[in-house]
Amino acid sequence: MEPFTTLTGLVAPLDRVNVDTDQVIPKQFLKTIKRTGLREGLFFDWRKRTDGSPDPSFFLNQPRYQGAAILVTRDNFGCGSSREHAPWALLDQGFRCIIAPSFADIFYNNCFQNGILPVVLKSEDVLSLMNDVLKIEGYQLTVDLGHQTVTTPQGNSYRFEIDPFRKDCLYRGLDSIGLTLQHEPEITAYESRRKTDAPWLFSDLHL
Amino acid sequence: MAGKTLFDKIWDAHVVRSEPDGTTLLYIDRQLVHEVTSPQAFEGLKLAGRRPRRPAATLAVPDHNVPTTDRRLGIADRVSALQIQTLEDNCREVGITLFNMSDIRQGIVHVIGPEQGFTLPGTTIVCGDSHTSTHGAFGALAFGIGTSEVEHVLATQCLVQKRPMTMDIRVDGRLSDRCSAKDIILAIIGKIGTAGGTGYVIEYTGSAIKALSMEGRMTLCNMSIEAGARAGIVAPDEKTFAYIKGRPLAPKGDLFEQAVRAWRELKTDTDAMYDKTVTLEAEQIAPQVSWGTSPGMVVGVDQNVPDPRTMSDENTRSATERALTYMGLSPNMPITDITIDKVFIGSCTNSRIEDLRLAASFAKGKKVAKTVHAMVVPGSGLVKQQAEAEGLDHVFREAGFEWREAGCSMCLAMNADVLKPGERCASTSNRNFEGRQGAGGRTHLVSPAMAVAAAVEGHFVDIRHWS
Repeated sequence: MEPFTTLTGLVAPLDRVNVDTDQVIPKQFLKTIKRTGLREGLFFDWRKRTDGSPDPSFFLNQPRYQGAAILVTRDNFGCGSSREHAPWALLDQGFRCIIAPSFADIFYNNCFQNGILPVVLKSEDVLSLMNDVLKIEGYQLTVDLGHQTVTTPQGNSYRFEIDPFRKDCLYRGLDSIGLTLQHEPEITAYESRRKTDAPWLFSDLHL
Repeated sequence: MAGKTLFDKIWDAHVVRSEPDGTTLLYIDRQLVHEVTSPQAFEGLKLAGRRPRRPAATLAVPDHNVPTTDRRLGIADRVSALQIQTLEDNCREVGITLFNMSDIRQGIVHVIGPEQGFTLPGTTIVCGDSHTSTHGAFGALAFGIGTSEVEHVLATQCLVQKRPMTMDIRVDGRLSDRCSAKDIILAIIGKIGTAGGTGYVIEYTGSAIKALSMEGRMTLCNMSIEAGARAGIVAPDEKTFAYIKGRPLAPKGDLFEQAVRAWRELKTDTDAMYDKTVTLEAEQIAPQVSWGTSPGMVVGVDQNVPDPRTMSDENTRSATERALTYMGLSPNMPITDITIDKVFIGSCTNSRIEDLRLAASFAKGKKVAKTVHAMVVPGSGLVKQQAEAEGLDHVFREAGFEWREAGCSMCLAMNADVLKPGERCASTSNRNFEGRQGAGGRTHLVSPAMAVAAAVEGHFVDIRHWS
């Protein structure tokens, strides 16, 4: 996984609440057996008008947001389905950071598995960023994971909270399975304790 | 020291190690695997040269992509076929049990887990699917995960977690006649909102919950994720133990008795504290119908479509306007005036034998309206077999419903069962998101009884007064 330290990038706005992962990437793109190439499915239904032509009012179709690396959006982003195709598609499009007042739990978790930083800021701060993004063409933010700050071109800085373990994994781009496997002796010890306490959980489940 | 909640007891029994900051390595007893969210996990294992730690603690089944028409014809969609073939190849290679498409035990992953006795009280269960919360009906801590975590559990049988908060949702009293678990959970989501449970594990308590069958409890816990909670649980009781006893993967003989003794301890202590408590009165819950594009956009069938002009919060108003435009509804119209084109009875929320029995009891002797296309998709091959043994398929067919093979089907429309743009569906599934059942399709979430009545009348009716 690519480490995330600091990022200065173009910002794109998605001014909607409760964006669910069915909207981020619809079902027809979930048939793949790969993690890559999911960009074409990103916000697929919102990118197009009913006649199938690109909807020029949708941000991804506007030249000014091409190359955006940071997405600013509203409450409860990523709700619904657990599909990790949602962060894969966002990453494939070039997004490394998503800023919102709140995220759904599974999506939030999935971001960290893919080198994407989800940043939670207060609603009023997100609103202010959203207004600036819409108003100022070429609007960029600097996200500093080490110092846990988002800094505007005007020099305003917003601090965000993040779980220290997740921060460390993201910052160093660590392989989380490798980390868990370092505790293999403890897992084995747990299993042997558990076999005594709850032997019915260790029957062979092969049918 | 204060007592422990049911959640605390399960969590504490699964801690492998914890860091001073609360980061916990949590042991996962069981994993369910399906074709959509697993191929990249198996690929990741292979690339890293890792093997699954406990293949025998894992059960796999294709469900999302499978056709619900005649299986002997194979899968017309070659991409879907490849995904299902990949699951079969991966499971064979590492020794994971798989019920393939021609196996009578095949079905929706959240139907077959309980059906096979794979789902047991006090366990931790995960699956790369948000409706894994279903298994909480048995007093298990069950939650959905992403594909990277599927790989993590395959490799280590553990997950790195932070302890969530606990919420008690207490529903006391008696449900109105013909109201069901589906109406309870939709009313709960309507009350707390689709993010109301974010960061929490919900425990459902109260006399109305105790009174639910195991199928009803599964419907309830299934939609916990629609309230933002990754997991919902109900304390196991005699109904739970009776349901499990004798199932293929359930413990047998003395081991079963030993397990039941342990399972009886799985309840919240009287002096335990929850982080949050919400209460509802069962008598107040009317049959629910969702009108919008999020499960929290729901009202009683005796109410009207909301009017955004009366809403003071700007976010709520604009989201409501957007939803009404998508749904093609006008403010203040009575819910019972909404006409429908399709009816879908199925999904991991409402496709178990009890759901089908109930639906059939309302369909008996009736005819689906000429303007409506209605289908019933059993949750598993075994549910289908049982329903056919009871003659339910005849009741449905006689009434004009299509009777299909088991799978996820039109809940998410990954197979050929799809709404056309603008089509309106009364659905017993769990999500009414834009395009969920097909691009441009419009979904109204309801209980099985409400779905049958809507199929017959061509519009929503209050099932409490339907003859």
